Amino acid sequence: MSTILQIKNVTKKYGGLIANNDISFDVAENEILSVIGPNGAGKSTLFKMISSFTPVTSGEVIYRGEKISNLKPHIVARKGIVRTFQETTIFKSMTVRQSVVVAQHLKAKASLAGYFWGSRTAKKDVIAFERYADELLEFLGMSEISDELANNLPQGSLRALGVAIGLATDPKILLLDEPFAGMNHDETMNMVDLVRSVRDERGVTVMLVEHDMPAVMTISDRIVVLNFGEKIAEGKPSEIQSNEKVIEAYLGSVDDEIGM
Amino acid sequence: MLNFPTKKLVSVGIFLFAVFIGIPLMISLTGRWDFYFTLTSVALLAIASAGVWLTFYIGRINIGQGAFALIGAYVSAILVVKVGWSFWVSLPLAGLFAALVAVLIGLPILRLRGVYFAMITLVLTQVVTLTALALPITNGARGISSIPLPSGVTLFGISLISDFGDMENTKLAFYITACILMVATYATLYRLVNSRLGHLCRSMQQNEDLASSIGVNIAHIRIVIFAISSFFGGIGGAVFGSIAQSVYPSSFQVVDSVNFMLNCFLGGLGYVFGPMLGTLVLYFGWDLLYELGKYQMLIYSAILIAVIRFLPNGLLSVRLSKGGRK
Repeated sequence: MSTILQIKNVTKKYGGLIANNDISFDVAENEILSVIGPNGAGKSTLFKMISSFTPVTSGEVIYRGEKISNLKPHIVARKGIVRTFQETTIFKSMTVRQSVVVAQHLKAKASLAGYFWGSRTAKKDVIAFERYADELLEFLGMSEISDELANNLPQGSLRALGVAIGLATDPKILLLDEPFAGMNHDETMNMVDLVRSVRDERGVTVMLVEHDMPAVMTISDRIVVLNFGEKIAEGKPSEIQSNEKVIEAYLGSVDDEIGM
Repeated sequence: MLNFPTKKLVSVGIFLFAVFIGIPLMISLTGRWDFYFTLTSVALLAIASAGVWLTFYIGRINIGQGAFALIGAYVSAILVVKVGWSFWVSLPLAGLFAALVAVLIGLPILRLRGVYFAMITLVLTQVVTLTALALPITNGARGISSIPLPSGVTLFGISLISDFGDMENTKLAFYITACILMVATYATLYRLVNSRLGHLCRSMQQNEDLASSIGVNIAHIRIVIFAISSFFGGIGGAVFGSIAQSVYPSSFQVVDSVNFMLNCFLGGLGYVFGPMLGTLVLYFGWDLLYELGKYQMLIYSAILIAVIRFLPNGLLSVRLSKGGRK
């Protein structure tokens, strides 16, 4: 598998605080890679830097040989790297279908003026967007709620909507920020299936930040572990599970426990 | 493209008929010529309020429309009086100049959100007033007076618009001009909101982070919208100056900017035609309460507070909730 994304010596400092220190790893095309670590390990910061929501202090993020760190978020999104959000960040007063239609705007062939005057290209765009929205929502099993206002959706559907909005942009890499947070076991398993099918059937490379260990172990091809802003391990789920540094990070070392 | 539902088409037809035929007919029957001035003012204020409404649509509270109305009024007055151009040429230029200023000011301030943006725009009107007082071209506190009425327009020998100076009834001419501009403004606004740009604005209003994560260039759209908004402000101000035949630094004040914003609140931020209704009600409401003398302000404010408290989505929400959704 070829490398799609390279994280090269990325460091992020907020004043004196080091959120990420000299992190490097590669993401292979079409894999599901999870970034895990205890609270405050710098996972979300790393995601923000990949999607250019925050600049890197040093180092670089390279997508298919091209440097993408320190650009504007919408430019990175246009290149095909799209993130979803940790909170239930959605368009509250749009319906599910409207959200997915709006999210496809990058594919528009007509200009904004064309839309204003209602040109033929614009009308074709709108029909294509709506058709694709319906198709995507069916793929995600959300057809029944497509006319619901996002505000009225339960937690599980909101996460799925977040994924739908992300997918509507036709991303190459989808960054999911805690997709399983606040979900019960069934919802989590549905989401796991959904993320897998996104990868398998749509050929999207998926990176996710997650706390839910059973889900992470099930879904990931590879895992990167952060602790206090440093990368402490990288490997297959089985390797991570038996990695001493990881166990120490999560459970604390014996020395820590007795304060020596 | 214009496949409106029949119901909408009918109500637009009724509205246009009322504005262009019904009201002039009523006025000539009753002889209340003073109403022309009032309704012309409403139409022009509604144009400026439409701009404010548009900035609300990207989630920004704009209390600075008076600044752009003043800019528009001055640009038009200067072009007509000092350069000698026709009012009809100066009108779009006044709008464009206001839009240009909006781009320059908007670049730094549109990054701000919520109350911070509102505070800055609140200052703008005062800044423009002070600038007008200081610059030589605006004649300082004396302002620009005795602006000639709009001249006629002829194209290939055909008279399109006759000279306002030769007309017996300039009030009607200004009324029709203001109404045509208002209709054009709201038609533009309606198309804008219902086109892709409008959808992108809505996505930004609801969540800027998510909007930029789906590739919306939010900084760019904010500037475009603020420029369009100020264009409307400039147009409204320019016609006002032409009617009054004078512009002073105090022609538009902070209180006018606040009123433009109130018009939007009152009519309803969720409805394109909200600011139009809001302007009408607010303008007439104030006049109707004139009888109350010193209690005018008190009652007026109390009613406003009550409306905002009980109809947070504006006056138009009453009509919609009665008829059910859609």
